[in-house]
Amino acid sequence: MPKIIVNGEEREIPKEMSVMELLKELGIQFREVGLAVAINEEVVPKSEYERRTVKEGDRVEIVHLVGGG
Amino acid sequence: MQDWERLLQDDYLEIAGRKFRSRLIIGSGKFKDFQQTKEVLEASGAEIITVAVRRVNITDPTKENLLDYIDPNKYLILPNTAGCYTAEEAIKTAMMAREATGINWVKLEVIGDPKTLLPDMEETYKAAKFLVKEGFVVLPYIFDDPVYAKKFEDIGCAAVMPLAAPIGSGLGLQNPYNIIFIREAVSVPVIVDAGIGSAADIPPIMELGVDAILTNTALAEAKDPIKMAVAMKYATIAGRLSYLAGRMPKRMYAVPSSPTKGVPFKG
Repeated sequence: MPKIIVNGEEREIPKEMSVMELLKELGIQFREVGLAVAINEEVVPKSEYERRTVKEGDRVEIVHLVGGG
Repeated sequence: MQDWERLLQDDYLEIAGRKFRSRLIIGSGKFKDFQQTKEVLEASGAEIITVAVRRVNITDPTKENLLDYIDPNKYLILPNTAGCYTAEEAIKTAMMAREATGINWVKLEVIGDPKTLLPDMEETYKAAKFLVKEGFVVLPYIFDDPVYAKKFEDIGCAAVMPLAAPIGSGLGLQNPYNIIFIREAVSVPVIVDAGIGSAADIPPIMELGVDAILTNTALAEAKDPIKMAVAMKYATIAGRLSYLAGRMPKRMYAVPSSPTKGVPFKG
C-alpha cells in the first residue's frame, strides 16, 4: 500500500488514487471555494482533481480557509 | 437613505478597480464561532473579510467551514499569509490561497519576529514583487515606513497596509506622523491594519485621510463583539466624514466662540 505524507503526517492509502478519491478516503468534503491541495509543493487546480494521481512518497498538503486577521 | 449615506454617496474605497462602500475591513480570527463571525461581519457593514489558510485537520476533518457562513459572492474573502516568516513560505501560501478562494487577492504578511509580529520588510518586499508579477492583487502588511510604502507602490502593490501598533496589541495609533507621511507618499489606498483597540481609535486615524481600517482582535476580544462592530462601523464613517469636512487648525491659546463686544453689565 502506498505511503504518503498528508499535512505532515504519514499515511497509508489502499492504492494509488486521484486527489478526489483521496479527499473521500480522508473524509474531507470537496468544495469549489474554500479548499486547496498541493502535491509536492505544487498546487493542483480543482479541474485536475479527478485526473491527478497521488503516488507513493508524495507529500500532500490539504488546506482550507479558517478565521484569521 | 440616511444623511451620512447621502454625504458619502460618491465616496468609495477603490482597490485594484473594485469599489467598496465600507471603509472598514474586518478579520475573521478568534471569534467564538462562525455564527458570531457572520453576525459581526453583518453588523460592521464591512464588505471585505480576511481569512487564513491552514491545514485541514486530517484526524478530525470537521465538516463545518467558515465558507458555510460567509457568502463569497457577497463579500470579498481576502486570504492572508499570516504565520509566514519568509518570502518563499508566503508565496507558497498565496498560491494555495488563490486556489482556495478562486481570486487572486492576497493580504501579504511576512513576519519577522514572533514576539512583536512586526513585518520583515525585506522578505515582504521580495514576496510582493514576485506575487505582483504572478498577477496577484497584493496588499502588503507593512511597518509604518513611508519610504518602504512608496517602494511597495512602485512595484505594483494595490494598496499598502501600515500598522497602527503591533497585531493584537490594541494600543491604537502610535505614530500619526508616519501615517501622514505614508498618505502623502503614495497614491494607492492606505489601509491602517493592526493595533486598533476599540471603535474610539478609528476616527483619529481616518481623519488623517487614510482610506480604510482593518481590525480583528478589537472585535473578537470585545465583551460584546456585535456592539463593537456597530460602533466601529459608525466610527469609520465619522472619521471619514470628519476628514472630508476638514478639521480646524490647532492653536496653543483659546479663541472665544461668543462675541467679545456687548457683554452685559460691563462698563
